[in-house]
Formats: sequence, structure tokens, C-alpha cells
Amino acid sequence: MTQMPGTIKAAKMTDTKISARNVQVYYGDTHAIKDVNIEIGSRAVTAFIGPSGCGKSTFLRCLNRMNDTIDICRVEGNIDLDGEDIYDSRVDPVQLRAKVGMVFQKPNPFPKSIYDNIAYGPRIHGLVRKKAELDEIVASSLQKAGLWNEVKDRLDGPGTGLSGGQQQRLCIARAIAVSPEVILMDEPCSALDPIATAKVEELIDELRENFTIVIVTHSMQQAARVSQRTAFFHMGNLVEIGDTQDIFTNPVDKRTQDYITGRFG
Amino acid sequence: MTDAILPNVASAPASATKSRSLLEVDSHTRRRNAAETRFRFYGIGAVLIGLFFLVALLWAILSNGLTAFMQTSISIDLHLDKAAIESAEKSVVKTSKYNEMIGAALEEKLTAAHIETGMPVKDLMKILSSGAASTVRAFVLDNPDKYGSTVPFDLLASSRVDGYLKDRVTREALANDKNLDAAHLDIVDAMIKAGVIAKTFNWSFVFGSDASDSRPEQAGIGVSMLGSLYMMLVVLVLSLPIGVAASIYLEEFAPKNRWTDVIEVNIANLAAVPSIVFGILGLAAFIQFAHLPQSAPIVGGLVLTLMTLPTIIISTRAALKAVPPSIRSAALGIGASKMQSVFHHVLPLAMPGILTGTIIGLAQALGETAPLLLIGMVGFIASNYPAGVADGFFSPNSAMPAQIYEWAKRADPAFYERAWGGIIILLVVLMSMNILAILLRRKFERRW
Repeated sequence: MTQMPGTIKAAKMTDTKISARNVQVYYGDTHAIKDVNIEIGSRAVTAFIGPSGCGKSTFLRCLNRMNDTIDICRVEGNIDLDGEDIYDSRVDPVQLRAKVGMVFQKPNPFPKSIYDNIAYGPRIHGLVRKKAELDEIVASSLQKAGLWNEVKDRLDGPGTGLSGGQQQRLCIARAIAVSPEVILMDEPCSALDPIATAKVEELIDELRENFTIVIVTHSMQQAARVSQRTAFFHMGNLVEIGDTQDIFTNPVDKRTQDYITGRFG
Repeated sequence: MTDAILPNVASAPASATKSRSLLEVDSHTRRRNAAETRFRFYGIGAVLIGLFFLVALLWAILSNGLTAFMQTSISIDLHLDKAAIESAEKSVVKTSKYNEMIGAALEEKLTAAHIETGMPVKDLMKILSSGAASTVRAFVLDNPDKYGSTVPFDLLASSRVDGYLKDRVTREALANDKNLDAAHLDIVDAMIKAGVIAKTFNWSFVFGSDASDSRPEQAGIGVSMLGSLYMMLVVLVLSLPIGVAASIYLEEFAPKNRWTDVIEVNIANLAAVPSIVFGILGLAAFIQFAHLPQSAPIVGGLVLTLMTLPTIIISTRAALKAVPPSIRSAALGIGASKMQSVFHHVLPLAMPGILTGTIIGLAQALGETAPLLLIGMVGFIASNYPAGVADGFFSPNSAMPAQIYEWAKRADPAFYERAWGGIIILLVVLMSMNILAILLRRKFERRW
């Protein structure tokens, strides 16, 4: 099933950042992800699309082992980051998550000041020694997230006092601050209005220069706008993956075609 | 409901076409509105009944107890004659000599105020508290430099005289009373006119120690308040860290399996165990097995800790559960460890709930009497405060509710008044604790 022509197209990809082989995920007795094989390219945006409950978020959460926090969840197979198996028993998920950051569906800033929201990650990872360095990281993260001009005068203000779109960009800045290599985004715009969405999409496009980005989205337009490669999930299977343009104009699988033309989902 | 409507709709397709005016209320809506109005009245009625009982309770407490905060005393001028004091100290019953001195001074005072007593001094002394002599003696021993001078004393009047000034004791009631006669009351009336006797605020009730059955006018709740304070310190120091640690582990770290289920059910059950069971457990474990001192606040504190722990654990877990999971994911998502996410983010957000639960648990423990009876924390402490701080934890003491219970048991109606007064103090302490809980919650509360 998974050896679709899509994976052949993957040959065009520059270099692989994450590669998953035969990944199975079980929630108790439910088989949520069935035998997924995928290569995710470095410094590019990969979008996961598919109907609700198809397992795209579940698979995304495998990539930084957030599923470890769910007791009944079990992951099998191999997921390599730069050739290292992230499910190896020697891997500390805490270190992994510093490398593979995450932005969630609902903006979830800490109920602290904007400054502390950004500074928290560098602090716990011991990335800084002096206050000046920390100030610099905070400023540069906010600049990269395109939020600096809006908040530079109120860094001491609460992060929860920002608007929804600003909060989400704050969360992205918070993820950037620990200088990860990969950023996972789980429907980052689903709680935002179109204007805020446009800003976040623009930001994602800029970030791809420095980061590998994997984004789960319900909006096919969004996938088409921001991603270079798109993977279509259905019922726990990875149906098709390929260059975004190909997926949307010339899908190979009938299910992909049905989904993107709006026949189901 | 729908069943009742359906046939109507089906049988009257014709009438369905002409729509009814919105300006007239149909019978169905009227019935619904009536039901709603009725329900509102039930609610108001329930609240009013509750308020009535609350007011009745407060009125009973205040009307019975407020008088305990005033106490009648008689002012006399006592000449501290060195020879008399020395001979008193040499005699066997020392206070009787002091009584003679006080009696003489009292007579002198009354003569100066032109009050005819017409009774022997020994009889006249009944208007004074039987503790008067020891009060004077304690002053004399503490102040040897005052020998030879005349010192003004405000000596407590006896509880009957005090009751007369508070309208508790009537002349008719004295007919059956061998402690005081109507003749005494005549003298008291004259003394009131002369300003020799007066009611003043009773600080020694708030800060003093208990007194024996025969001198209720001396009894105070201060020492047992200290006993309660020591117990609460033990409870706070033990149950807050243990309770919070246990809840954090159970809520955030423990695997969800059969064992944790069993533990959870047991904690919920422990919260419902009658407090007297904890009392007998404390008696067996802490006193008979561990040989901790009887009647000591340390034991009371340990027993109340056992009782308070389930309350604290349950409320702390509820507070932790109420923290949105998105905060945990946010912390984990940027690479915080489980412990960092709990201690940096979850715990601060749960703090208001934890503090409220702790203070409510403490308040519950403060008002608890039954377990204290079993471990003997109804000590009769008529002496003074414990000598040292550590002494306070290990020397016998009483606690506020136990002291109130003791007073309520005693025969003299003067003690009854003090029991109510003690309840007022207990309620004031509880209310201040609750206000503290509210203030802390306000202070720590944060939006997310």
C-alpha cells in the first residue's frame, strides 16, 4: 500500500532529515497508524493532510515522542532523525524535543510575561550564561517570528494578553528560541482568523530557510500555499506523498483525488 | 413532552397553516412559565430558610457568648505590710492570711464609700473571687520592692456577682444558693453607685488559662488556643508537603493501573472515615506504641494530620487536574522534563487551589474535638503558658474545641457563658483562616 509512486518522486528531494520505516501506532487495541514509511526533507515544509481521525496528528506526535506522555499509546518501527533512531532506548525524549520543537493547535503561551515565555526554553536547556545573551535570544526569536515590532515595548506584559494570532506566533518564537532543527506544527492556524493565518503562513515560508517544518493542516489551500511536499493520510495509512504541486494537480491514488476534490472528508 | 404534541400536529394539519399571534401566550407556554416561577420561589424559599437558621445560630452564639468578654472586678487599695506578708508566707495555708489582708482592705474601701455592710468580713469576702488571694500573692512575690506601699488592685468579683451585673443571677435565684445572699447584692448595688465595682473588657478570657470548677470568673481560653496553634503547626508542617507530594505523584507521574486505582479509592474512603476512628488509631499508634507524651499537641497534631491528609490530597489533585493540559504540552514541547513542566508550570497554576484546600483542611482540623478526647487532649491547664517553644509541643495541653466541650460540661452557669464565648473565638479564628484562604487565592490566581 505504502509503496506508492509518491515515494518514488521523493527521489527529487534534496536530503532527508527524518525517515520513518514501518511505523505502527496503537492506542490500546486500536491500530491508529498502519505501516507508514516516509522521508521528510531538510529545510522544506512538508504538509500532512487527510480527513479527521486519519492519524496525521498522531504520526506528527511520534516525531518528537510526544506520544510517550499517553499511557496507552505504543509506537513500533523506526523513526530516524539524521540517521539516529529516536526510539532507541538511549535517547532521552527531553533532548529530542529540544531538537524537534512543536507548535500546537491552540495557542498555549505560559501564563507568564512575553519575555519569560521565550526565555524559558533557553534557560532550562542551559543555552545562556548571561542576561545579555538571553535578551539577544529573546529579541532574535521574536524577530524571526515577526512579532518583535508588535511586542518590543511590552515584553513584561503577559503572553496571554496578546491576540490569538500573536499568541501563536509567540509560541512559534518560543519553539525557535531553543534553536531546534525541526519544527512540528499541529494545525497551527485552526484557531486563527484569515489575517492572522496569512501572517503565520508567511512566517512558515520564511522559517523554511533555517528549519525543517512539518505541518498538519485541515486546509488544503494552506497545504498548497506553504508546503513543498504533501502527504495524504487516510484511515491510518499514508496513501500518497509527493511534491505539493503534483499531489494537488495530478494525484495518483483515487482516494487522494476524492479528498482534494471534496468528495469526502 | 413530544408525545403529547405529536397527535395535535397530526390531527390538525389545517390549523397548522394559520400561525398564531406572538402577542398572545398559548397555554403550553403559560404552563411552562408557571413552572419556572414556582421553581424560582422554591429556590428563594430554600435560601431564606438557610438564612433564618444562620441568623438564629449567630444570634444564639452572640447573645449567649458576648457577655464572656466582659468581667466584673472590684477595686481596692491594699497596703502591703511587710510584717503581715512575712507572717503569711510562714503559715501553712498562705492564702488565708492574704484573704484577711484583702478583707480588711475591702471593708476599709466600703467604709470610705459610706456603705454599711452589716456582715462579718468572712461573709463579705464572698463577693470576691476565691482566686483573689492568689492573685495578690503572685503580685507580692513578683514585686518585693512594693513592700510598705499601698497598691491599687482590681480583683475579680465572684461569678455570682459577675452574673448579677450581667443579669444572669437574680435575687430569687439566690434563695437556693449558699454562695451568696440577697444582702450581698444590696452591697453590690451600693458599690456600683460608688464606682467601686465595674465591668471591664476581659482580656484574661482571651489570653488566660482555664480555672477550676469553683472559680469560673478566672477561666480563659488562651492556653488552649496556644495548644490549638501548636497542633495546627504540626498539621501544616506535615500534611502540606506530604499531601502535595502524594498528589503530584499520583496525578502526574504514577502509572494508571490497578494499584493506583486501589490507592485512589482508599484516599477517597479515608476522607469519609469518622474522626473518632483516627483518634483511637492515634491512641494506639502514637501513645501506646510510640510512647509519645499523652495530651501533648504533638500527638494531637499527628492525629489531625492523618485526618487532614485525604482532604488536602483530594483538593490538590482537583487543582492539578484543573490546569489545562495545553500548558503541560507546551512545556514538554520545548523540551522541559516532566518534573520541570510540573514544578515550573503546573504547580504554580494549581497553587491557589492547593492553598485553599489546605486552609480548609486546617480549619476542619482546628474544629475537630472527637479524636482529641481519645488521646487525652482535654488537659486541665490552670497554670500558665508552656515554658519554652519546644515545651509547647510536648507538654500536656488542651485545644479550643476540647476546652469549650469541657466548659459546657461543668455545672456552674458561668462556665456555660464561657463555652459560648469560646465558640465566638473559635469562629473568629476559623473565619480569619477562610478570609486568608480567599486572599491567598486572589493573590496567586492567574489567567491562562
